[in-house]
Amino acid sequence: MPEHSFLKTVFGRLTFESFPIHEPILLTTFIVVVVLGLGIVAALTYFRLWGYLWKEWFTSVDHKRIGIMYVILGIVMLLRGFADALMMRAQQAVAFGPNEGYLPSHHYDQIFTAHGTIMIFFVAIPLVAGLINFVMPLQIGARDVAFPFLNNLSFWLTVSGAGLVMMSLFVGEFARTGWLSYAPLAGLEYSPDTGVDYYLWSLQIAGIGTTLSAINLVATIIKMRAPGMTMMKMPVFCWTALCSQVLAIAIFPVLTAAFFLLILDRYLGTHFFTNDMGGSPMMYWNMVWIWGHPEVYVLVLPAFGIYSEITSTFTGKRLFGYSSMVYATVVITILSYIVWLHHFFTMGAGASVNSFFGIATMVISIPTGAKIFNWLFTMYRGRIIYELPMMWVVAFMLTFVVGGMTGVLLAVPPADFVLHNSLFLVAHFHNVIIGGVVFALLAGITYWFPKAFGFKLDPFWGGVSFWGWVVGYWVAWTPIYVVGLMGVTRRLSHIDDATLQPYFVVAAVGALIILVGILGTVMSIVMGIVRRKQLRDVTGDPWNGRTLEWSTSSPPPAYNFAFTPVVHDLDAWYDMKSRGYQRPMEGYRPIHMPRNTGSGLYLSALALVFGFAMIWYMWWLAALASLGLLTVAIGHTFNYNRDYFIPADNVARTEAQRARPTVAGD
Amino acid sequence: MSTTHPTEPHVPELHGHGDTHGHGTRRGYLTGFLLSVILTAIPFWLVMTETLSSTPATAVAIFGCAFVQIVVHVVYFLHLDTRSEGGWTLIAFIFTVVIVGITIGGSIWVMYHLNTNMMPMMPLAGSR
Repeated sequence: MPEHSFLKTVFGRLTFESFPIHEPILLTTFIVVVVLGLGIVAALTYFRLWGYLWKEWFTSVDHKRIGIMYVILGIVMLLRGFADALMMRAQQAVAFGPNEGYLPSHHYDQIFTAHGTIMIFFVAIPLVAGLINFVMPLQIGARDVAFPFLNNLSFWLTVSGAGLVMMSLFVGEFARTGWLSYAPLAGLEYSPDTGVDYYLWSLQIAGIGTTLSAINLVATIIKMRAPGMTMMKMPVFCWTALCSQVLAIAIFPVLTAAFFLLILDRYLGTHFFTNDMGGSPMMYWNMVWIWGHPEVYVLVLPAFGIYSEITSTFTGKRLFGYSSMVYATVVITILSYIVWLHHFFTMGAGASVNSFFGIATMVISIPTGAKIFNWLFTMYRGRIIYELPMMWVVAFMLTFVVGGMTGVLLAVPPADFVLHNSLFLVAHFHNVIIGGVVFALLAGITYWFPKAFGFKLDPFWGGVSFWGWVVGYWVAWTPIYVVGLMGVTRRLSHIDDATLQPYFVVAAVGALIILVGILGTVMSIVMGIVRRKQLRDVTGDPWNGRTLEWSTSSPPPAYNFAFTPVVHDLDAWYDMKSRGYQRPMEGYRPIHMPRNTGSGLYLSALALVFGFAMIWYMWWLAALASLGLLTVAIGHTFNYNRDYFIPADNVARTEAQRARPTVAGD
Repeated sequence: MSTTHPTEPHVPELHGHGDTHGHGTRRGYLTGFLLSVILTAIPFWLVMTETLSSTPATAVAIFGCAFVQIVVHVVYFLHLDTRSEGGWTLIAFIFTVVIVGITIGGSIWVMYHLNTNMMPMMPLAGSR
């Protein structure tokens, strides 16, 4: 039939059956999303906010705004990823013996894949990137990052990747292959539908964004520090950001290459990771874990930096052992690169290989342990102020140490043979990711929120968030540790042994307590906005901070610092305060600034279209989109109108206004 | 560098307009180009004329040429030396060499052992 083949040419694999109208759960979600989405669009149109959003935010090259947008993306995707977690917990709490639960395994498998993919790539990475983006240039006394346009492009590419994952919910389906989409299961033979293609293209597009952002941040730290700030006078958060982003530059190309080879397998019929024709699926495992293990440290190193800044601020002391902290960070950076095989000890590489990687894994806990002692010694005999960020630090130390110890336990190859792919492993990595990374991100958001918006988060709801997360974490994951040790494996949608059910019911209750924590996080922002007049920070330094970001106003002006600060000591702002620093009120000069541009958004939108077209085999659209990408990219190089000067008068006016209280959004 | 007067900020420019240091000379580019051409021609010559009788020897020779080729590119085209950018370029390069070495060497080591250990299983796996 010619008409049929015409439709195939236009729509590729996309047919009416691709839309899950027969699945009640998805249909309900879809309707809710559409209603909410239309509501938001209508509200934005009614309040005439589109122009404002476009001019001030979407096209912004200001590192602070991009940082905030990254954090918003991370929080939105956290809600999606956590909804997946709740569904899994609900399924596992009921699906015992004769009860099959409410989710068919076909759907359940997509949920655990989406949960892992979203939580790492679209929650943890954007939140970390967002905090580094916002804080780091302020801490080193810079006006912006090294490549402001690239920063905007990186952010929107990440959004495109997230958009593709979200689309898979309603158009076609997502991968059912686990969060790293292991070959050969992810090959065309075993996963012929669109799921793995959604996975691959969304992560390829987002991965380019992450790599570009890492290059940008490293260049910023190396080239744009304020005069006098030598490497060893740089705040610890910047050091951890530097090491984390250097790692990201080193590892993301490996992931991109692995995914690219898998794409070749799936699209062109090559045999890199197939079982036959000379392919080696284990090479895929090898490559994704060369990315995967350092990635853990890409996330957790900045988290350690956040804890360091907070501990030092809220104990009113210089960080104990600054240089040992820096060296520990650098050592972790190198060591994290030689431990990847511990993710597949059971693969059969043999005793010598396994012992090397096992010992390397145990060794990496030494610098990490040293950091814990540094924080403890910083607190020792300090005047500890238990504001919310500091409470997160204490909760982190109590929680993370357990995760670290189970990690060392898993690093012993014989023990790993017993625990490989068990729920014990799942409990371990949730222990370190939630207890290490998520607590840090929530602490960091609480800590730097007044800097970003000029008022603090609501402390009551912040407390709800804290207790919900901490108590919820322990209630949810302790039973999983126990059943994991008893031998329950991961990714089960149904368990025969009904005596295990109480553990999973407790875990589900824990997940609900975490839900209270997440609602607390959202409410602390909402109530913070409502009560912003009481929570206002007019000083720019609400926590009696020690690093340069607290020396400017809250929120900082577009140019960050009217005069580039000159650094003489570690904890530069504390040094300036103790020497009686007076803010200069005259002698301003015009400030050179980068101009906003929409190119990043256009490129990312085209990348999204390209990804979608490739997933559905709409070759004409893919060709068109890549042509568009090329055109816009080249066109952007002819845009010579890239910078402008803020006149000295404007700077003077902004600086004079700082004496008067202002609140963002008023 | 560390002047205390706040009105003289030593801000690095946001753009690199007109930033041309670190670029090579015509002579350097020509040397690099000639060396690259020679180092590319040798492997072709070896393969096409089968001068070296054994295939492994040819492979080793090609790898050797490729390695020297990398050094030529890095020195003449990427202008790597100990001075540029305050030594950061060299540090970045050494870091890259270490990381690439770990990645490739480690992968070969891991996959070699895997192959040795798991090969007896292959006929079984095939007969399933």
